[in-house]
Amino acid sequence: MQAFSDLLERLILTASRNTKVELMVNYFRQTPDPARGWTLAVLTGELDIPGVKGGSIRRLAEDRVDPELFRMSYDYVGDLAETVSLIWPSRRGANRIPPMEDVIEALLGATRPEGERLVAGWLDMLEPPQRWALIKMVTGGLRIGVSARLTKVALAEMGGVEPAEIEEIWHGLAPPNESLFAWLDGDAEKPSPDIKAPFRPVMLAHPLVTKDKRDDPDAIDPAMIDPSIFAAEWKYDGIRVQAVSERGVRRIYTRTGDDISHTFPDVLAAMDFEAAIDGELLIRAPNGEVAPFNELQQRLNRKTVTRKQMEARPAMIRAYDILVEGGEDLRTLPFSERRKRLETFVERTGSDRIDLSPLVPVTSLDALEAARNDPPAPEIEGLMLKRWDSVYEAGRPTGPWWKWKRDPFLVDAVMMYAQRGHGRRSSFHSDFTFGVWREGEDGEDELTPVGKAYFGFTDEELKQLDKFVRENTVDRFGPVRAVTANKEKGLVLEVAFEGLQRSPRHKSGLAMRFPRVNRIRWDKPSAEADRLETLEKMLPADPLFGKSSPA
Amino acid sequence: MAGKTCGQILYGQAMIRPDLLLHPTPKGLYCPPGDFYIDPVRGSVDRAVVTHGHADHARSGHGAVLATPETLAIMDARYGEDFTANRQPIEYGETVEINGVTVWMSPAGHVLGSAQVVVEWKGLRMVCTGDYKRRRDPTCRQFEPVPDTHVFISEATFGLPVFKHPDTDGEIRKLLDSVALFPDRTHLVGVYALGKAQRVIKLLREAGYNETLYIHGALEKLCQLYEDHGVALGPLETATLDTKERGAQERFRGKIVLGPPSSFHDKWGRRFPDPLPCFASGWMSVRQRAKQSGVELPLIISDHADWDELTDTVREVNPEELWITHGREDALVRWAELEGRKARPLRLVGYEDESID
Repeated sequence: MQAFSDLLERLILTASRNTKVELMVNYFRQTPDPARGWTLAVLTGELDIPGVKGGSIRRLAEDRVDPELFRMSYDYVGDLAETVSLIWPSRRGANRIPPMEDVIEALLGATRPEGERLVAGWLDMLEPPQRWALIKMVTGGLRIGVSARLTKVALAEMGGVEPAEIEEIWHGLAPPNESLFAWLDGDAEKPSPDIKAPFRPVMLAHPLVTKDKRDDPDAIDPAMIDPSIFAAEWKYDGIRVQAVSERGVRRIYTRTGDDISHTFPDVLAAMDFEAAIDGELLIRAPNGEVAPFNELQQRLNRKTVTRKQMEARPAMIRAYDILVEGGEDLRTLPFSERRKRLETFVERTGSDRIDLSPLVPVTSLDALEAARNDPPAPEIEGLMLKRWDSVYEAGRPTGPWWKWKRDPFLVDAVMMYAQRGHGRRSSFHSDFTFGVWREGEDGEDELTPVGKAYFGFTDEELKQLDKFVRENTVDRFGPVRAVTANKEKGLVLEVAFEGLQRSPRHKSGLAMRFPRVNRIRWDKPSAEADRLETLEKMLPADPLFGKSSPA
Repeated sequence: MAGKTCGQILYGQAMIRPDLLLHPTPKGLYCPPGDFYIDPVRGSVDRAVVTHGHADHARSGHGAVLATPETLAIMDARYGEDFTANRQPIEYGETVEINGVTVWMSPAGHVLGSAQVVVEWKGLRMVCTGDYKRRRDPTCRQFEPVPDTHVFISEATFGLPVFKHPDTDGEIRKLLDSVALFPDRTHLVGVYALGKAQRVIKLLREAGYNETLYIHGALEKLCQLYEDHGVALGPLETATLDTKERGAQERFRGKIVLGPPSSFHDKWGRRFPDPLPCFASGWMSVRQRAKQSGVELPLIISDHADWDELTDTVREVNPEELWITHGREDALVRWAELEGRKARPLRLVGYEDESID
């Protein structure tokens, strides 16, 4: 428990992604089985201890501390595990730290009352940091800024393998994962679990970028492309998925290999085939078209889904590619062959839950350019270009596939609030809330916040922005500073974003996708920034949904 | 039940309501018969009694200031020699009469010169702790409880049962372990300029760390003042940087730099190579709070009493009434209720938590 608790503590306090990976690699290298395997299960959220939940922990604490004092403390601290770990009365002379595996194995075999008794006994023995780790472990939901994906990256680094290799076998593994670690330590062959309907690592694309502002070093200019060797199709704004149905098992995976089948039983039911396909998970609007991303979001991250939700927002897959059919691996075939197989496959499947991503005719680069910026539906993010001769390769190879996104929407907004960044940027104000003008209740124009951006600027620009914030602060709320923003004075930011949705959760009623600072308009008077009406005109046409309910 | 009635204290034949001797006002705790304020928080007053040198307790501009010689020296260092027209130094244990009210000081263990103010009048003894702690601090006198206290006026900065500060030596060890583990990083340790800075430095020396410690300019005067009062702090250097010299910042790698926490978020903090932000404060026991403030290595070192010290001290002093000046009064009042003690929150405003930003 000690090493586990140290790891959790370090992870929660570390902002840098690389340092987090390093911490996990060190831990996995230094910790013996089976403790490290159980830790892996905790970090990836795959350990479920059924008996003891947050409510039990709270009750245990209130048996020992005045409930009123507990409430005041919980109000102050704001986190149950943290409150209980700190408030729990120490029993002098009882400190012994039980090994991780003892704790987990005992809990997995315990009934609810036994589980609670065990946890109370350990809380007596431990110091606050280990108590905190124990409660986090038992109740799940770590909230320490480490995703399952990042954990897999650490495993890959530990074993000197690709993350895709880990994802491929992930669903065939069970904690405490000894065979996985034996392989990563170099002591055994890669485990080959007999996974039904396994995940196949996904093929991704680098962007084509016209602007000189390129984040991705592998991005190239569209002019470099020879359109004659490429097929083109629309890039939809949904969730990239892999739908696999083999030997009676059906699964839907995200592109990082997370199994989201349980969230989409409506799609699962339609997967009456023997194949693995690559496609975009979308919601079909009542008019038969693709619904905005916001509608899909209503169905994501749910443990269970109701019939009503499925009826209101029916999910479907728009098929891009076919990887396996009838047990035959098609990934080594060129895209031209796979596309033919896919067309026949979709036709034969004959379900309205699975349709074919249409090809966009390629005549010239100019025509593509025009199509990219004027797609037939607002839910299209741009184009995908795929070489006709490309095989289906795991990862993000440079050359065979390109994504060519439509130009972003632009709006001139006024900086309203700034917050300090994290990690390397923690001494700079780097998170900016910006707003546009609208008529206030008193008839005077006022700024209404429409989004928050924390990238898009260079280091040099960040210094200038930070300087502006420090010199124009008018108020502070904790780490947030309000800056001068009125008709006479204020900093105009040209904000780029990918799309706009109505959102009842935001004060302005709008939510932007991927907003970032495109340009700092030092020259532009704040009074000339855009108005809310301008943004409202950018909203996609009403997708024929009723009022969307807040999540 | 001699001695206790509702809201009053019976002492001998005389019945004196403690309110007559000290009561809260918007300017701070006021003593009508003595006509003085204890740690006045707002504006200037004719006569102030000051418990210790932190800025929210010791303000500049009062007509007369009664305080320990160390506290007066600290005020002088912070505000300049004109901070008051009339300095009235008083040693621990020495008594003075102010308009018939007896006042004396007992050590509070908070920072150098910190004192509990004892006020006596017509047989009634009231003790105002100012800020205090009970654990060992090599830079100041240990807290001494005052016996036969009728009304104990306590701070409650960490007045919640979640605040139980761990052993201080262990926290210093955590810092030294981290320095050994990351020899290429600069450990930036956030400390308050008065008290915490010198205590952390002294504790590092006691733990065997003899290398030069680098300090922010804001710490210089007070470190010198502690040295002048016999607290040896070892080799200190100001963490200045000759920006013309290339790679000058490299000399801070693997070193410990101390400064006020706010400075680390400022331009000053950017000069250090690969900084590892640490913060020595009682608030650091709450992980979420440490995380929000960007602290990677929280050091739970506090100059205030934690929950157990607060409640143990009340039991030890065993006053007839407990008054609570500032901090989280409600929880301590609730605790007193459960203990069958009489308690009253004063809700004095103007004293700061050890804030982060």
